[in-house]
Amino acid sequence: MSLPERYRPKVIVTKIGLDGHDRGSRIVATMLRDSGMEVVYTPPWQSISDVVRLAEEEDADIIGISSLATDHLLIPDLLEALRKSDLEHIGVIVGGIIPEEDENELLELGVSRVFHPGSALKEISSYVRTLAIEVRTKSLRKWESQNHEKC
Amino acid sequence: MKNAEVVDLRQDTPEDLWKQEYRHQLPEEKPIHNRSGIEIKPLYTPADWDDSRYDEKLGYPGQLPMTRGIYSTMHRGRVWSQRQLIGFGTPEDYNRRLRKLLDAGNTAISLIPCNSVYRGYDIDEVDPKLLGTCGVMVNTVDDMDRCFRDVDIKSLSTAMNDPLPFTLLALLLAVARRRGVDWIHVSGTSNQSDYISHYVANHMFFRLSLDGSRRVLVDHIAFCQEHVPNWNPLSIVGQHMQQAGATPAEAMAFTLATGIQYAEDCIARGMDPNKFLERFTFFFDISMSFFEEIAKCRAGRRIWQNIVRERFGAQNPKVWRFKFHGQTSGVDLTRQEPLNNIARVTVQAMAGVFTGLQSLHTDSYDEVLSAPTEEAARIAVATQNIIREEAHCSDVIDPLAGSYYVESLTDQMEEKILSIVAKIDDAGGMFKAVEKGMIQNWIGHSAMKFQESIESGQQTIVGVNKYTLDDESLSAKPLERPSATKVHNQLDTLKKYKANRNRSDYNRAISRLQQAAQDETQNVYGAIVEAICGGVTHGEVVHQIRQELGFGQPQTTI
Repeated sequence: MSLPERYRPKVIVTKIGLDGHDRGSRIVATMLRDSGMEVVYTPPWQSISDVVRLAEEEDADIIGISSLATDHLLIPDLLEALRKSDLEHIGVIVGGIIPEEDENELLELGVSRVFHPGSALKEISSYVRTLAIEVRTKSLRKWESQNHEKC
Repeated sequence: MKNAEVVDLRQDTPEDLWKQEYRHQLPEEKPIHNRSGIEIKPLYTPADWDDSRYDEKLGYPGQLPMTRGIYSTMHRGRVWSQRQLIGFGTPEDYNRRLRKLLDAGNTAISLIPCNSVYRGYDIDEVDPKLLGTCGVMVNTVDDMDRCFRDVDIKSLSTAMNDPLPFTLLALLLAVARRRGVDWIHVSGTSNQSDYISHYVANHMFFRLSLDGSRRVLVDHIAFCQEHVPNWNPLSIVGQHMQQAGATPAEAMAFTLATGIQYAEDCIARGMDPNKFLERFTFFFDISMSFFEEIAKCRAGRRIWQNIVRERFGAQNPKVWRFKFHGQTSGVDLTRQEPLNNIARVTVQAMAGVFTGLQSLHTDSYDEVLSAPTEEAARIAVATQNIIREEAHCSDVIDPLAGSYYVESLTDQMEEKILSIVAKIDDAGGMFKAVEKGMIQNWIGHSAMKFQESIESGQQTIVGVNKYTLDDESLSAKPLERPSATKVHNQLDTLKKYKANRNRSDYNRAISRLQQAAQDETQNVYGAIVEAICGGVTHGEVVHQIRQELGFGQPQTTI
């Protein structure tokens, strides 16, 4: 099966941890919304459990985490919490000031991509769209095969 | 024949000829605008600005209308303070770095606390992974004492990033009392004291409800005026708003409108503007828009003296001075080819020096990669010294004055800034405008507009949307992190501190704090200082004050 072209990806744009610089997350969220996606935007300082609950309730395709001041150190915990809640199919992307060695670690742990300052908004939105469609297609396939087994 | 004579009389002036030639060579040229939306012409002449208005518009340094600077000698008499931000790890880490700076001859220092402190927590309330990575872990009077170990508090001017309810200053005062230092000798500035800028543009520093903040700030100003007279209790911040996306004109206007609001609040409390305004200071972003930044600050100086005299009737010439600190713009730095940032910071710092600022922080080139390394911070300081002592940029006071362009732009920026201030006045003042969300929307809109100009290529960012290189070689240093052992020890120290306190003293301090908060006629900041001196921690004070005066978190929307 394949998704229609007009599929509207559902994206959560949020910040976890202690920092509150939100110019980046607001701009990215606005741009994703204006490019036709369904965006759930939260203020900063979300706890990991808040983000996981929100992702589940909203049936999100993508979680975008913005980090300026070392809060990305909590992302491994977020990935773990998503796995525990059986939500590991959700794509996690990160934007902000992420040192290179930390970026490599995050990618190894399952983050799909890290965007740095200066990334073009068009590039972010096209990446998010492609990833969202991939995520949604996979989860639909999984659902189909599970239901098939039940029959 | 008569006609021919007329033609002769209408001979083109050199200006006409230049215009024709310019249009001929650039027939398709589109208008250029600065970040504040003012159209920038290719040439400025006496038609745009002439000397006949010198006395009215410029005057002399230290004299009205203050355009040329607030002191008669400016940077010849006193070099601007070179204040670098420091704060990392444990109090011992901070102390080591501080003493290095002092040994190198610095007297103007800063203290940046850990993000957990900003959020109003003690370190035992947050994920240890995040501790000490962005600032120093300081919660108790013991911690503060260790930060300043073997350092004479009297000899320093300390700028502390200390949002309401100003627990860090309280900790410093407690240390002074412990060491027998009279508070009259404690000097410096409460940076991050401008809750309005936090509410609209830098939410992480916002801790109390808007109304609660309003009261605590005025109490703090009144307390310092009486007990810590050499301390600047307030720094009004345009930098946050500009970093969050406001244009230079908007940032200046919002800052002035905020200053008006705070002054009115102090006057309503019965304080004398001739006195408290002496301690008002300002803090601005210096972006890449070189001439615009210079015009912004010169215009700001001219507007503020007028506001202070006209609106508040202040007669004391000292309060006509618009004292400000400048910081080069972090958001203008790029991750791509990060060494280019040294050039950017140089241009921004030069603009800052030409504005006649009183203190300057230059960003480190690697701030977009991680928290700054010591090497990069050293280059940032050297940049200021090169500008001053090698390039001699500060030998002449207000050296760009009289430039047709700079003066005309200063006038236009002034007009633009005043029109924004008038809109805020119409909305009932800054506090009301902020409650309505007006300023926040303004900033969000401008941020998006600037981003679009970058995306469209209209605004060049070297290495990002133009002159890009394929081989991206980053010199990103790994993030400096305090070791787990250090963090653990610091947590242990806090635990012991809390356990060793006299329980009944603690309870008494807390109930006095509650009492003062509930009684509007008492100075709640005085009670905070006493509580901290009595052993209450930073986090405990913030929790208590939040309980009494309300916790507020700005709503952000897209």
